[in-house]
Amino acid sequence: MSLVFRILVLLGIAIPFLAILCHSFSLENPTDRRVLVLVDDLAIKSSHSLYFKSLENRGFQLDFKLAGDPKIALHRYGQYLYDALILFSPSIERFGGSINTAAIMDFVDAGHDLILVADESASDLIREVATECGVDFDEDPGAVVIDHINYAVSTTDGDHSLIAADDFIKSSIILGSNTVEVLKVLSASPSAYSANPKSKLSNPPAIYGSAISLVSVVQARNNARILISGSLKMFSNQFFRYGVEKAGSPTKHDKSGNEQFLTEISKWVFHERGHLKAVNVRHHRVGEVDEPSMYRINDDLEYSVEIFEWTGANWEPYVADDVQVQFYMMSPYVLKNLSTDLKGVYHTSFKVPDVYGVFQFKIEYQRLGYSSLSLSKQIPVRPFRHNEYERFITAAFPYYGASFSMMAGFLLFTIFYLYNK
Amino acid sequence: MAAPETSPTPSSLRNAFGHVFSFFILILIGVLAFSIRLFSVIKYESVIHEFDPYFNYRVTQFLTKNGIYDFWNWFDDRTWYPLGRVIGGTVYPGLTLTAGTLWWLLNSLNIPLSVETVCVFTAPIFSAFASWATYLLTKEVKGAGAGLTAAALLAMVPSYISRSVAGSYDNEAVAIFALIFTFYLYIKTLNTGSLFYATLNSIAYFYMVCSWGGYTFIINLIPMHVLLCIVTGRYSSRLYIAYAPLVVLGTLLAALVPVVGFNAVMTSEHFASFLVFIIIHVVALVYYIKGILSPRMFKVAVMLVLSVGLVICCTVVAVLIALVASSPTKGWSGRSLSLLDPTYASKYIPIIASVSEHQPPTWPSYFMDLNILAFLVPAGIVACFLPLSDASSFVILYIVTSVYFSGVMVRLMLVLAPAACIMSGIALSGAFDVLTRSLKFQLPGTSEIFASDAVDTGSESVILNKDGAKEDKSEDSVKERPSKKSKKKEKEKEKEKEKEKEKEKENAGTLSSRSHAGTSSRRPLVLPVEASVIAIFLLVLLVAFYVVHCVWAAAEAYSAPSIVLTSQSPDGLHVFDDFREAYAWLSHNTDVDDKVASWWDYGYQTTAMANRTVIVDNNTWNNTHIATVGTAMSSPEKAAWEIFNSLDVKYVLVVFGGLVGYPSDDINKFLWMVRIGGGVFPHIKEPDYLRDGQYRIDSQATPTMLNCLMYKLSYYRFVETDGKGFDRVRRTEIGKKYFKLTHFEEVFTTHHWMVRIYKLKSPRNRIRGKTKKSKSKSSSTISSKSSRTRKKNPWN
Repeated sequence: MSLVFRILVLLGIAIPFLAILCHSFSLENPTDRRVLVLVDDLAIKSSHSLYFKSLENRGFQLDFKLAGDPKIALHRYGQYLYDALILFSPSIERFGGSINTAAIMDFVDAGHDLILVADESASDLIREVATECGVDFDEDPGAVVIDHINYAVSTTDGDHSLIAADDFIKSSIILGSNTVEVLKVLSASPSAYSANPKSKLSNPPAIYGSAISLVSVVQARNNARILISGSLKMFSNQFFRYGVEKAGSPTKHDKSGNEQFLTEISKWVFHERGHLKAVNVRHHRVGEVDEPSMYRINDDLEYSVEIFEWTGANWEPYVADDVQVQFYMMSPYVLKNLSTDLKGVYHTSFKVPDVYGVFQFKIEYQRLGYSSLSLSKQIPVRPFRHNEYERFITAAFPYYGASFSMMAGFLLFTIFYLYNK
Repeated sequence: MAAPETSPTPSSLRNAFGHVFSFFILILIGVLAFSIRLFSVIKYESVIHEFDPYFNYRVTQFLTKNGIYDFWNWFDDRTWYPLGRVIGGTVYPGLTLTAGTLWWLLNSLNIPLSVETVCVFTAPIFSAFASWATYLLTKEVKGAGAGLTAAALLAMVPSYISRSVAGSYDNEAVAIFALIFTFYLYIKTLNTGSLFYATLNSIAYFYMVCSWGGYTFIINLIPMHVLLCIVTGRYSSRLYIAYAPLVVLGTLLAALVPVVGFNAVMTSEHFASFLVFIIIHVVALVYYIKGILSPRMFKVAVMLVLSVGLVICCTVVAVLIALVASSPTKGWSGRSLSLLDPTYASKYIPIIASVSEHQPPTWPSYFMDLNILAFLVPAGIVACFLPLSDASSFVILYIVTSVYFSGVMVRLMLVLAPAACIMSGIALSGAFDVLTRSLKFQLPGTSEIFASDAVDTGSESVILNKDGAKEDKSEDSVKERPSKKSKKKEKEKEKEKEKEKEKEKENAGTLSSRSHAGTSSRRPLVLPVEASVIAIFLLVLLVAFYVVHCVWAAAEAYSAPSIVLTSQSPDGLHVFDDFREAYAWLSHNTDVDDKVASWWDYGYQTTAMANRTVIVDNNTWNNTHIATVGTAMSSPEKAAWEIFNSLDVKYVLVVFGGLVGYPSDDINKFLWMVRIGGGVFPHIKEPDYLRDGQYRIDSQATPTMLNCLMYKLSYYRFVETDGKGFDRVRRTEIGKKYFKLTHFEEVFTTHHWMVRIYKLKSPRNRIRGKTKKSKSKSSSTISSKSSRTRKKNPWN
């Protein structure tokens, strides 16, 4: 497969992830339906028709608009008109209508998805949007990724910027990521570097090797998914059909992997895959059914939650053996693996610790490629009531004996003293 | 009490008159005590005051709603998040149960009052009770006249008013009554030797233990007095009856109160009582043996008992010392230690020192809170020595110890006030006694009454014996030392009372003419008429000043509820109701389970008025938790955000007085936050916040100060109010005027900016890249990264 790229540099930083319950996708159907496609010119609609067709075949309603169209708007009357946005307009300097960087970011922060594509003529606007998403492009606007070893053999491309890459992220759920951290889905090979082919390379390239990301995806904290690609041509019909011959490699592929790669990754971006939901959090004392408003220390309790995975059409039970629940008060007092019955129900039971306070049942489930699950439910734990302590303690029998014998002795003494004269 | 066989005689009639008269005077004193405390309701409104009362109010509401068992077992998950607080086990339930009972009683009588109303008026009601208890106590010490004077003084002593105005629904409101009443019952038992009163005494002590931590004062003062009596050779079986049942029953009852529990036998505060308990038994044994042995045998026995007793005592003392020494604070709680060593708290426990009422009082506050009593107390002490009885020695001990304690902690002025009132009552009534007697002897037209006086004397003394029947009988029966009860001078006292009240000095001579009898057995001290008249006039003037001062203090100084503030300015009265505005905002605009962080002063109010979970509150039982909040307030924004976020805090509330000049705001309390935070988290250092040892917020302030969360939350957008950012409390322009908040957002600021509420921003949904956002022409800039690498370019 062969992909022509501009620079995509990963400079993501993982910041501590302390999300409170943010589960913006607990809708019945998390897959996006209405997609706004902004293009520089409508020719892209035909030159990239294979890609768009694959989306439409999967049921998406694509709404093509010119990026400069003054009538375009992402929301109206406080409602978003679209579920996802595809920006195939790398050279646009200013969007039409009410769209600007802040509007796009609000769109993402409201839990919607974004595909952003740049190319060698990417405008400051596009770069700014990418930066907001945690992806930096090489600051030299003319720079491209050049790889003199892993280039694809081509008749037109003299500067080896047509790259054959196969350094995918290893995730079965797709080329995806889970936290806010930006992940490189497709990294360049160690011999790639970023430079402007038209200028003489007097300095070493600032960015080189596998630090270069050709395609990046981001999953925001609210599970909004963003795909950022450095190349628009990668999506084109031409490259979809392109036969690849990697330089120095004897094998020649008739067809590049672009189509398969981009279809799969768009399934992920548009929440057709890798989307989890947790429902029916239940907890109760062992042997009871109703959920108490408060536990007592040393109670035995049962906790269960149902976790489902969206397959694109329906919710299937999610099966994993690494889902954990915490019984948490400033730090986890209990941390237990949940066992699943393969029908989506995860279940465990444990003893409430001998500490009172306001606890939380917490599930923090973050796995590569899946949307993050972050559930917490507050539950107070109280100490014993006055009548819940042991009534008679064996160890205290000497004291009981002492006090009763004292009483009896005092009574006898009084009788003796008063009437023995 | 009235003596039936002497009823036809004029003196018994006078006596009966006296009883009725003093009864009405007492009722009037009660009305006075109640009504002088209503200024706060009249001037403001019927609200709960200040901080702690809000908690008590909330607990009372819970009690009336859920009953006593749920109250006892109440685990409150809305304070001290996420630790929670076991309210039932950590609160003195006396006040709550009292008000709850009062409410229940009224409701069952079909008087539908709200819980709040009952709570507001609990303190005035109990101050009436307290003045009656003072009457009883002083009557036991120096007779009814002194009792009435003392009761009248206590009814309006400013120190007590400050803690018991309507709405000041705090433990002290009922505890002072319980304190005086316990003392009264102790003295009563001491005077009568009655086991009945001894049992009542234990019950009163139990009520005191239920009401206030100050009960340790009782359980240390009474043993001290017992010890004093023993040492001065005043041991009697009455003393034994007064003391031994109190220790046994009192300790058992005290241990029933959850908050005291085993502390009643395990902390050093109570050890004095046990030690004296042992001593009094040894002494009792000695007296018993002395009674049954011949003097010679007794000498031998003394040797034996002394040696054995000494050994036992030494062992017990050794065990006690070992026990006490094994605990780190030597078994004394921090508050008690700071009583004994006034510098203890400021040295080791900033959280105790930070409370203004735990500071030593200033001299003016004695004159403010006690006024003329401060001058009268010495005279009262002198009067108590003439003659010295068990009861008067107790009162002397009471005043001496409470003067010391009040010098340590301003809050304990409250304990001093009753003692000062009793002493002043004794002094005043003694003075009036002498002066009116002088008048009576020398005024014309009284000479013929002298004859009847001589007759009167006899009957009077009979009546006196009837009056003090119990005391005298018991005294006689035990063949005690002849320190008879001081003479009863009820009629003189009534007289003076009346004069104080109605200022009718004119008929003093005629009325008092029949009232000198009690003293005539001794050669009376007689002063010249002119001197007496002038002295009486001056004394009345003095008392009048006292009344004027008390009414002023009640009306102006101590009635502000502190939840609503007013200020008088040329253009009228300004009312600052910002606190309730903010709490109402919180309760209407935030989620029920949201957590609100603030400095602990506002914790009780937030839970009670806004019904939101707080992190720390005025019950300062967990120093670490408070230190965590203090650290957050003293940290820069990001660190503070992380601390608060780890505590699930949604909102942060700060109190800011800079706009209207409200001095007790968070910036003024901030150094305590730093100290308390730094006490647990050493990276917070007080010198970082001070410029050359000075606390300042202007441009000279340290960067740490200007960047800490408290500064930012207090002064955020402050410059927009007047363009300069002039802080009216600190009287200076603030140091950092224009800044943005990155991790917090302002959600609400009250009308006068006194309360500002901020919301924690949720964590960033996504992270930004490194490229500068403001870069307009990307081609013109080279990233710092590449320029850095250029320096060590191997290809050049």
